[in-house]
Amino acid sequence: MDSTALNKPSTWSAFALTLKRDLLIAFKRKNDIVNPFMFFVIVVSLFPLAISPEPTKLAEIAAGVIWIAVLLSAMLSMDSLFRADFEDGSLEMLLLSPHPLFFLVLAKNIAHWIVSGLPVVIASPLLAYMLKLPGDSYLTLLLSLLIGTPTLSLIGSIAVALTVGLGSRGLILAVITLPFSVPVLIFGTLAVQSSAAGLPAGGYLALMLAILAGSLSLAPLTSAAALRISVS
Amino acid sequence: MTDTSFQHTPDNSPLFEVCNLRCERDERLLFSALSFAINPGSALQIAGSNGSGKTTLLRIICGLNDGFEGQIRWRGFDRSEQSEAFAADLLYLGHRVGVNKVLSPLENLRWSAGLQVKVSEAELMKALSDVGLRGFEESPCYTLSAGQQQRVSLARLRLSPATLWVLDEPFTTLDVDAVARLEQTLADHAEKGGAVIVTTHHKLELPKLQRLTLG
Repeated sequence: MDSTALNKPSTWSAFALTLKRDLLIAFKRKNDIVNPFMFFVIVVSLFPLAISPEPTKLAEIAAGVIWIAVLLSAMLSMDSLFRADFEDGSLEMLLLSPHPLFFLVLAKNIAHWIVSGLPVVIASPLLAYMLKLPGDSYLTLLLSLLIGTPTLSLIGSIAVALTVGLGSRGLILAVITLPFSVPVLIFGTLAVQSSAAGLPAGGYLALMLAILAGSLSLAPLTSAAALRISVS
Repeated sequence: MTDTSFQHTPDNSPLFEVCNLRCERDERLLFSALSFAINPGSALQIAGSNGSGKTTLLRIICGLNDGFEGQIRWRGFDRSEQSEAFAADLLYLGHRVGVNKVLSPLENLRWSAGLQVKVSEAELMKALSDVGLRGFEESPCYTLSAGQQQRVSLARLRLSPATLWVLDEPFTTLDVDAVARLEQTLADHAEKGGAVIVTTHHKLELPKLQRLTLG
């Protein structure tokens, strides 16, 4: 029994195990990947139909449309983050594991972003092309989404952790998440719009990186505390 | 954790001790002035009618629920000061078994056991066949019966290095054979110097068994 300390896996290996497990679950339950992605594609492709197929009009709204669709699909996907684990009891195991909960929650967040955020980022240039986004802003769009989507996931995870114990959550998730997601939306669209107008977008991207850095260090901590409250 | 001083209990204090515990839930008093201690090599059965607070007590013991008053000591230390070492030495099986339905028993166990101890694939396979899941290692858990899913979580008992086992109704969905095997596992654990806290309506036959009735 004295070998407990010797045989304990490192926090890094617990992190990797949790990441792998969550990715495996997502690939087996394909809904988690397909749903937010399809939602994103559908929302964006409705705009040319509803507003106007005219290239100049579309180019004007392209950045905003893509960013709004990203935000909505991120909120749609958040719900699956902790729910299954809460219902089957795995969350209790996570809370009782001898590792800092920060890293395990971070692993779950990263897995969730790879599954729900990354496909959206990868598909975005194609949809931007459909919306006639001006040619020189594609890189900015990709960068802003690469920085913005993990931020949205991290912020959303706090709200999910807080509400995972509630039976029916409905809109409460959106009500908690939206105010904190709006800055990401604003800077994301501003970055894309200014590079479409031929202006430098570095400042906006730097601000978004700062928000990402802040949420990367604080959100898992907050989510962990919220999970402890939800489970007790 | 190179310093293993926490392994040596000061003044021969018990492995796990609860003093003057009081818990109120939804304005109903579940228990008050509850005290007990448990030593290595012994077992504690918590009995009581439905709704008497057995699960709440177990969750308080593990640290999942902190809506209580009183002291909880582990190896003589306040539990909250040693929470990481305590977590490494604790195994909790709740009544929600912690088995993900889309994963196979092997994948479930790889994660749930792997959080607490380094295990090889061979050890995982052996643990699963020990609980009677040979041949089901790779099938998704939603194809398994409730009893089989329970067995997936019981396989953790065979791998865990924890001294203190806290089990919430581990016998409910098991068949006669599996019940006998689990009783044997608990007896073996106590013999090796472990301690078990268990809630069950089942009549347990273990050496050095204490009983505590709530409500």
